[in-house]
Amino acid sequence: MKILELKNVTKRFGGLTAVNDVTFDLEEGEILGLIGPNGAGKTTLFNCINGVYKPTEGKVIFKGQDITGLPTYKSAHIGLSRTHQIVRPLNELTVLENAMVGACYGRENMNLGDARKTAREMLEFVGMAEKAEALAGTLNVAQKKRLEMARALSARPYLLLLDEVLAGLNTAEVTHMLDTIRKIREQGVTIIMIEHIMHAVMSLSDRLIVLNYGSLIAEGTPEEVSQNPEVIEAYLGDPDLAARLLEEEKA
Amino acid sequence: MKRLFKPGLLIPVVLIIILAIWPLLSGNSASSREAMFTLIMSMALASSLNIILGYTGYVSFGHIVFFGIGGYAGFWAITELGWHILPAALLGGLVAAIIAWLLGLAVLRLRGAYFALATIGILEAMKALVINLDFLGGPVGLEMHFSEYKRYGGPMQSLWMVYWSMVALAILVVLVSYFVKTSKFGLGLMAIREDEDAAEVMGVITPRAKTWAYVLSAVFPGIIGVLFFFKNGNIEPGDAFRLHFSIEWIVMIMLGGAGTVLGPVLGGGLYQWLRKTLLTSPFFKDYQLVVAGVLLLLIVLFVPTGIIGWLRARSHKLRRIFE
Repeated sequence: MKILELKNVTKRFGGLTAVNDVTFDLEEGEILGLIGPNGAGKTTLFNCINGVYKPTEGKVIFKGQDITGLPTYKSAHIGLSRTHQIVRPLNELTVLENAMVGACYGRENMNLGDARKTAREMLEFVGMAEKAEALAGTLNVAQKKRLEMARALSARPYLLLLDEVLAGLNTAEVTHMLDTIRKIREQGVTIIMIEHIMHAVMSLSDRLIVLNYGSLIAEGTPEEVSQNPEVIEAYLGDPDLAARLLEEEKA
Repeated sequence: MKRLFKPGLLIPVVLIIILAIWPLLSGNSASSREAMFTLIMSMALASSLNIILGYTGYVSFGHIVFFGIGGYAGFWAITELGWHILPAALLGGLVAAIIAWLLGLAVLRLRGAYFALATIGILEAMKALVINLDFLGGPVGLEMHFSEYKRYGGPMQSLWMVYWSMVALAILVVLVSYFVKTSKFGLGLMAIREDEDAAEVMGVITPRAKTWAYVLSAVFPGIIGVLFFFKNGNIEPGDAFRLHFSIEWIVMIMLGGAGTVLGPVLGGGLYQWLRKTLLTSPFFKDYQLVVAGVLLLLIVLFVPTGIIGWLRARSHKLRRIFE
């Protein structure tokens, strides 16, 4: 069953087209990797999906419901959670309270007691249980990323948007986080992840889509995408450019 | 019931009760009643403002506008319609709440300094409006005939009645403040304070939560305004909409600790006690606002979390005692 459908989604900021006519589907239970060079429009696309931005054109359909331009809190209520690329902890609240906000106001709209229980479970799940009473502002980056995860998961979402949860982590932390993401999928949560660490996104994703200058340039399994010349060009430049330049010079 | 017997709630309530019965125990009861009235009123006003300022993070600079609006509405009902003080006080709260709701729709979209400035603008606009409304007495305001007090058994009884109403109201404000802070609604407000966009992404319906916080923080100043001006016997625009009073409320909150239940109660008491001491000292009597300004500066620079915030940050145990 399709959980998310994007139909010709375009987002323009004045003259700049940040997301250009992007169309793709997402099956329930899938992990979809969203990759592309810096500035390709990946985070903007996330913002269009969960309602931070209203797409200039196109439609976002979540579980058969048109959610285009719905306020972000409504997306949260129907089961769409996300983490932020630049972490946004609620600094003066404890780690537990942070996760409780997710639980209280997420899909299940829990009361404080249930929220506390769920928040503790999720902190345990991401390996942050011993930090529950610490103020969120005192955490290091890796811990803040875990907190973002716990907060998003406490909402008991159907679809989780992960925006570079691995960036800035060391090797051991990356491994730990990859395990966590696999476990989330096992619970039946569908995931879209933006990631720059290629080996990670290649090993986790069932399918990849690649954005460049706001347009979708490739879609397929990790193997297919990594062979795609357009993708290689987007990341590394044109592989045949040197050869062609040489030939032009000869001619 | 279990929620009622938490130290976080009991400490401020007991503090107010002790102060409230002080005039009965001291010899000079009329003058200590007046002193305690000012003290307890400040605690209630600061606690009300704390709901929008401390919990939600929206600095409402011109918050006294609700005290003035409520005061005018209630005073008008008493003098023109011949209402009893109690329904008139409720009317004051209701009018303040409705105005806050309407204003909130417009100004709560603004953030940070823009919101703070807008609240000052609202205050000045409201003052200008009232000055030009003839039925509210224009620049002169309204006066209550002395005979009005007869209805309540004479001036003495009236003053005591207003005093105990104020005490009851202050306790009610503390209860509301505590239950907001420890509720799901309060958690949403604090999420807004820390990061409004992140709160919204997590599902907090921010426009609705902010509006309710603003309305809740306006109701009690509206009621208190009626009690205050009824006790005064007259109301005029200069007293009802005096910007520096609302700034003093902010000093009280910052002194005690913004975003805590006990903070504004403690801060309101300490500030008024300090003010009284300064006003009666021969040297400082002309400089009490200067002292308030310096105090605010020192707090913001050195203890931005206020007394209670500072204590709460010291240890886990204190965090359980002080809400």
